[in-house]
Amino acid sequence: MDAPAPLAHTPLATRHRDQRLAELALATATAMAALPALAIVGFIIWKGAPALSWAFFTEMPVSGMTKGGIAPAIVGTLWMVGVSLLFSVPVGILAGIYLSEYAGNSRFARVVDLAIVNLAGVPSIVHALFGLGAFVLFLDFGTSILSAGLTLGVMTLPVIITSTKAALQSVPHPFRVACWNLGITRWQTIWHVVLPNALPGILTGVILQVSRAAGETAPVLFTGAAFYLPMFPTTVWDQTMTLSMHVFALVTQVPNVPENMKYGTALVLLGVVLCFNSFAIALRFYLRRRRKW
Amino acid sequence: MSQDLVAAPSGAAPARVRGLSLWYGTFRALDRVTLDVAPGEILSMIGPSGCGKSTLLRCFNRMNEQSYVRMEGDLEVAGYDVMSRSTDSLALRRDVGMVFQRPNPLPISIRENVLFGLRLHAPKTPRSVAEGMMESALQQVALWELVKDKLDRDAESLSLEARQKLCIARLLPLKPKVLLFDEPCSALDPDGTAAVEELMDEMRGTFTQVVVTHNMQQARRVSDRCVFMLMGELVEVAPTAELFTHPKDERTAKYIEGRYG
Repeated sequence: MDAPAPLAHTPLATRHRDQRLAELALATATAMAALPALAIVGFIIWKGAPALSWAFFTEMPVSGMTKGGIAPAIVGTLWMVGVSLLFSVPVGILAGIYLSEYAGNSRFARVVDLAIVNLAGVPSIVHALFGLGAFVLFLDFGTSILSAGLTLGVMTLPVIITSTKAALQSVPHPFRVACWNLGITRWQTIWHVVLPNALPGILTGVILQVSRAAGETAPVLFTGAAFYLPMFPTTVWDQTMTLSMHVFALVTQVPNVPENMKYGTALVLLGVVLCFNSFAIALRFYLRRRRKW
Repeated sequence: MSQDLVAAPSGAAPARVRGLSLWYGTFRALDRVTLDVAPGEILSMIGPSGCGKSTLLRCFNRMNEQSYVRMEGDLEVAGYDVMSRSTDSLALRRDVGMVFQRPNPLPISIRENVLFGLRLHAPKTPRSVAEGMMESALQQVALWELVKDKLDRDAESLSLEARQKLCIARLLPLKPKVLLFDEPCSALDPDGTAAVEELMDEMRGTFTQVVVTHNMQQARRVSDRCVFMLMGELVEVAPTAELFTHPKDERTAKYIEGRYG
């Protein structure tokens, strides 16, 4: 047999150079993603912080919304998010459980899965039109917190279902087998073992959708958000101002609004969303630490 | 015990298999298997990978209940007609528990693991009774001395061997009649294996035990009788010593000589 031909090695210097180039490219891309986010937050704080005061949070808007506070918008946002959660959390979690634990891999389950994934990609303005048609007109809830909240709920449902399903499926299968083998029903297994262990993941999904519901404007635009309504809502049949709608109104619809009021409102909206998100992160951190596998 | 834990019809053989066939889709994994398991014995099942020994074991408490599985024949375990639709899987599995290859304790405390089955089958069991059952279960698997001071620690904090013993212990408060072991030692080191085998030996007579193993020496050490399976077929069943020294079937002889498998 002939001696094998010597292998043609790439020069080490070339490989080291490629390694450095790759690292540089990755770091640059990360910076490009992070910078705009930081810039937006920084800019809004810089422009909006001067508007913040106790009165800004607690008072009604006055003088055609060019003066006063944004209290009803803050309260209205919380109402809408609350109603949307009351609908989307139970429905979403139960549907997620069904799809993860019961539906298996049947054709039906796959079709439902596909539908949900596609629903998650539907633009919010389309959800808004659906909400107008279904809740405001057909079910005759009128333009109200209920209609807007349900519209937001429908919008957030797909992600809640998907993240619930993913969280349940990340619970190791042997836990389920252990339970079934003890003569424990599927539901008892889910309730006592699977669900508690999936909770961090489920909550993270839910709370991220809370911040989305708080921030979206389109779905509430013609289902329940009021342009100017300087009072607190008292029932779900009321209309209400919301932060997202208020920003939209101040920026595009109302003349002579001081600049810092616009940015101040945006800053409060950002603050509310960031609060929800930090809460989600803290909660997940806490629950993960208790997780035992 | 609560009214829910009505005993299964007694007096019957722990397991009675008659002409049992099983298909995974179109693949025939069991081919007309006939077998009787005697009360209190340790029966081992050996054979090369894919011979159907685990499949047979899993039939005993319906652990392969997927839609693509089709079965034919008669199977009676712990007095339950396993093939009958009217037999409740929950009751069957309460009386016929399985220990798996990889220890799979639940992500809860040691105490909760042992009592988990009891809590859900008989939630009104008084605390003192439950505690007593937990202690005797842990005693029975020789784990009590090790864990009595840390019952509230996570089960995951135990060694593999102790976890496997815990998985045996958690079956015991349900008063099972038959214990099934599916390669119970293949994840354990030699010490752990010896400990589990010793445990099985001590439970001889108390429970009927069926153990599937890849390890012929293990079958030889622990079992009273041994089944040799090949390609879904039960080739031979005999007292263990006899099967290993005077196999009747040529295929058994070749397998235990290590000619294949």
